[in-house]
Amino acid sequence: MMTTAVPSDEAGVESDEANLDLDLGAALSASPIEALLATLDAELIGLVPVKTRIREIAALLLVEKLRGRAGLSSGPPSLHMSFTGNPGTGKTTIALRMAEILHSLGYVRKGHLVAVTRDDLVGQFIGHTAPKTREVLKRAMGGVLFIDEAYFLYRPENERDYGQEAIEILLQVMENQRDDLVVILAGYRDRMDRFFQSNPGMNSRIAHHVDFPDYTPDELGAIAGLMLEQLQYRLSPDAGRALTEYIERRRTQPHFSNARSIRNALDRARLRQANRLFSDRGATALTRDELMTLEAADIRASRVFEIPEDEGG
Amino acid sequence: MRLTQGTFSFLPDLTDRQIRDQIQYCLDQGWALSVEYTDDPHPRNTYWEMYGNPMFDLRDATGVMAEVASCRTTFPGQYIKVNAFDATRGVESLKLSFIVNRPDREPGFGLSRQEAEGRHIRYAVHSYATDRPAGERYG
Repeated sequence: MMTTAVPSDEAGVESDEANLDLDLGAALSASPIEALLATLDAELIGLVPVKTRIREIAALLLVEKLRGRAGLSSGPPSLHMSFTGNPGTGKTTIALRMAEILHSLGYVRKGHLVAVTRDDLVGQFIGHTAPKTREVLKRAMGGVLFIDEAYFLYRPENERDYGQEAIEILLQVMENQRDDLVVILAGYRDRMDRFFQSNPGMNSRIAHHVDFPDYTPDELGAIAGLMLEQLQYRLSPDAGRALTEYIERRRTQPHFSNARSIRNALDRARLRQANRLFSDRGATALTRDELMTLEAADIRASRVFEIPEDEGG
Repeated sequence: MRLTQGTFSFLPDLTDRQIRDQIQYCLDQGWALSVEYTDDPHPRNTYWEMYGNPMFDLRDATGVMAEVASCRTTFPGQYIKVNAFDATRGVESLKLSFIVNRPDREPGFGLSRQEAEGRHIRYAVHSYATDRPAGERYG
């Protein structure tokens, strides 16, 4: 190989290689990202802004990789994120997926998710917080640290609160060990906004603020369909109409938490179905179909239909 | 005299990269890691001081490496080792233990003899380093 090398040949080989290496299409099809994004689209309903942001991040990481190959400067981008949105909009689910996606893009080494809350980070007496926070950080190294309800870390009403200490340590690691760890903060929007206002350092170290919108009734219906499919249940046509009506009513009532409320409603419908099958049992054995089908009565028995102004369930 | 205790101790000192890879191997096996240090290198001294708590549930070597690094800055002139503990039922013991830091100068051991009854001789190994009080033994 070395003996036949002449300058023109060398140049030819090099430009060929460059073309091959920098082919974005080839890089895309070689990486599992397309498949991952496709399952994301199929399994998670709605959340368009969130999916767009994930796509952007995935593209950025891929381009960074190609830039690195082309010899251009390619520092690891900061990927700390904050997820804000109402309850049940899929923040935790997306965080789990995020860990998977970042792992398959080679950004984090292990791709596990460590989910913590204030209790896991903040100690109960002086000198307890730092080791506790460090231990959690050590566990999360190589993966994603998901801090649920992150605004509890900061308690402005108590100036001796140890939460501030945990925040300081977090900030330090977020800044210095970007390629070891991705931090995702999650919480309700208004409280997170207040949290960031009082912790500007935290705000500036988070590159991606992702807002999770509420689901539309249609999306909630689709989510219910997906959940039932996974549980191997189905709705009778009447029950389908009842569920649509249920969603309409439930949304206007207090303590509505999107997909979580739907899951709870379905769980209760399953209870009622089981109870119905039990009390109606006759001489004949149940069919497979009966075991699978939720009837309108199972859904309409909900309190949501009885007393519209009640919290319902 | 170079202290040879634990795995890899007859090899040249491991580089940080090699230590990291060994730690990662241990974590991949599901072992819990801990860092210990001492300035009493006697071979029968099995109880070294613990540096922090043993680390469970880690996935990546970065956390252990950070602990090793902070132990090195705290006790630069002492022996530091990394232990990997396998908690599997029926095993429940160390699987791997290796030195990751040693003093610059290792004075070694002396052999002392004691006359016992009937012309018996009792032998004892004695570390020259322990002639000095703890904390002043190395460097």
